[in-house]
Amino acid sequence: MNVIDKAVAGVTGWFNDRTPGLIPAYKKHMTEYYAPKNFNFFYYFGSLALLVLVNQIVTGIFLTMHFKPSAAEAFASVEYIMRDVPGGSTIRYMHSTGASLFFITVYFHMFRGLIYGSYQKPRELVWLLGVLIFLVLMAEAFMGYVLPWGQMSYWGAQVIINLFGTVPVIGPELTEWIRGDYLVSDATINRFFALHVIAMPLVILLLVVLHLGALHEVGSNNPEGVDVKKHKDKETGKYLDAIPFHPYYTVKDLFGAGFFLTLAAFIVFFAPTFGGFFLEHDNFVPANPLVTPAHIAPVWYFTPFYAMLRAIPSFFGTQIWGVLVMGGATLILFLLPWLDRSPVKSIRHRSVFSKVMIALFTISFITLGWLGMQSGSPGQKLTAQILTAFYFGFFIFMPWWSRIGETKPVPDRVTMHD
Amino acid sequence: MTKIRFLFLSLLLASGFVPGLALASEGGPHMKSAQVDLDDKAAMQRGASLYMSYCSGCHAISYHRYSRIAEDLDLTTEQVEQNLIYNDQKIGETMNTGMNSADALAWFGKAPPDLSVEARAKKEGADWIYNYLTSFYVDESRPTGWNNTIFPGASMPHVLWELQGMQHAKTEPKHKNAKGEAEACAMGEYKGECIIGFELAEQPKPRMSPEEFDRVAKDITAFLAYVGEPGAAKRESTGVWVVLFLAFFTFLAYLLKVEFWRDVH
Repeated sequence: MNVIDKAVAGVTGWFNDRTPGLIPAYKKHMTEYYAPKNFNFFYYFGSLALLVLVNQIVTGIFLTMHFKPSAAEAFASVEYIMRDVPGGSTIRYMHSTGASLFFITVYFHMFRGLIYGSYQKPRELVWLLGVLIFLVLMAEAFMGYVLPWGQMSYWGAQVIINLFGTVPVIGPELTEWIRGDYLVSDATINRFFALHVIAMPLVILLLVVLHLGALHEVGSNNPEGVDVKKHKDKETGKYLDAIPFHPYYTVKDLFGAGFFLTLAAFIVFFAPTFGGFFLEHDNFVPANPLVTPAHIAPVWYFTPFYAMLRAIPSFFGTQIWGVLVMGGATLILFLLPWLDRSPVKSIRHRSVFSKVMIALFTISFITLGWLGMQSGSPGQKLTAQILTAFYFGFFIFMPWWSRIGETKPVPDRVTMHD
Repeated sequence: MTKIRFLFLSLLLASGFVPGLALASEGGPHMKSAQVDLDDKAAMQRGASLYMSYCSGCHAISYHRYSRIAEDLDLTTEQVEQNLIYNDQKIGETMNTGMNSADALAWFGKAPPDLSVEARAKKEGADWIYNYLTSFYVDESRPTGWNNTIFPGASMPHVLWELQGMQHAKTEPKHKNAKGEAEACAMGEYKGECIIGFELAEQPKPRMSPEEFDRVAKDITAFLAYVGEPGAAKRESTGVWVVLFLAFFTFLAYLLKVEFWRDVH
């Protein structure tokens, strides 16, 4: 035993005597957390979402050191960060690009769960916690978007808060309570700042811990949807289809992180506004309560749900139906584990009919996202209505269609493709 | 690995194409390119000087400091103090205008906007400014006697008219469609007819040739593009190194992954 080994053993022993749970926890979640061998491209996005979360927290801390959460100073303080704070523009672009990348990674991550049936028994709780993270993330992103106090920040806040005004009886009082004023104002940005920088991040962090905890109890699913702990090597007693998360997936995810960061750096340094998708042109105009912009559109990651909201006309003298549809579109995700009655998990073994349904669902969600960015002509509105109906139909009739057609036999062991 | 390589390439392409497509799909009047080059410091210096002479009386750039101009455009503090600061402001202050906002409201009906991020606020970017500056024409019906095809009904007069001369709208009757309804005019309308271009009056004689004036409009645009995001040139030059570093890091991480995974395959 050399000096270094002795020192490491000494320190580890010291901690182990005082926190006997530490090393077992490390083993449980890292060196003895057995993950399937056959993770593919889609399995990078969980760790990437975590990486973006860390980026948002770290860059966010530096932004709060210079940002002024007041209606009078917010816009100017963002420009102060962009011009006078050393490294400020890079930090700000990392944060604004990170917001969009967060949704890109989370959408890929959710899509992965959808196509490989990762929400199915016994991973229902993992999925539920994930959907909850998605909901809180949307609230977090919305409130963050209000903070630079440009025209889109202001009018976006106006539109979203007014959705609560459609609630019967208490609607108007509810919006007043959210804004803290009769209109979107200093009180609003101040409280959104508090929620954005402390309340929501705390909730997200807690949910992420629970999400990972729930996952590590039941183990990860994989592209084949097979049980990777079924087969052990008779001599060594090692799993044949699973490998320890550390070091195998830590190094693999390190490569994924490097790749992802290279792309992210391209955006941050060469196209930070991403042609008006990540930072919108109208948001470079300071908030003005007296001038309504001609075209109010949310940032790209909200547009599928925004398209559904706009597609629903008001009837019985209230606009609450659109709000219910938009809310329902997110809440229905919670039910997915119980709606899917397919005998197989992965899309690889599903029936042709199921494959077509999932493909159509993906196309309609992306198309809704595009429609949410458009001005909303009658033709576009009709398309949005049809696609909204399909979105809900996909889930509501899933118990029926997921059983249709012949599934392929599920293999006993995983197959490796690369 | 082929899948990943395909994805990387398509993402690379997308990052270049998406902004282009976004701009191409927008409607509105056709915009000439101002060919802004953020490395052409001479153009931005000339633009700064023109801006201070013709624009700063009414428009503030209240988020940008004079000292930053000196630093970014290779000027000395003395050069900026002597040539660019017209009022009693200090070098470290932001570029505010002398005009009182209540007066501005009374004189123009709308206070002239702050131009700090004007070049970023339009979907056409800085090109909008260049097209705006070159699209003023004489319109007796307007309070200032000027109108603009890029921003119809602008309350700003043509402050550069002595340099450019008096530009008049050339018009032609509106086209009718098959149903006999008048079609919309691409460049807007003047006295009930469609504007199809401009012509310069010979009198009073302009101080500049059309080419010289075009340079003036481009230089002011370049200056405002720089002011919109003063760190842009440095951002891109830093970015090259960041991307190269990350690409190299990713390569090393890939080798590490292959090494560790040797016993899995």
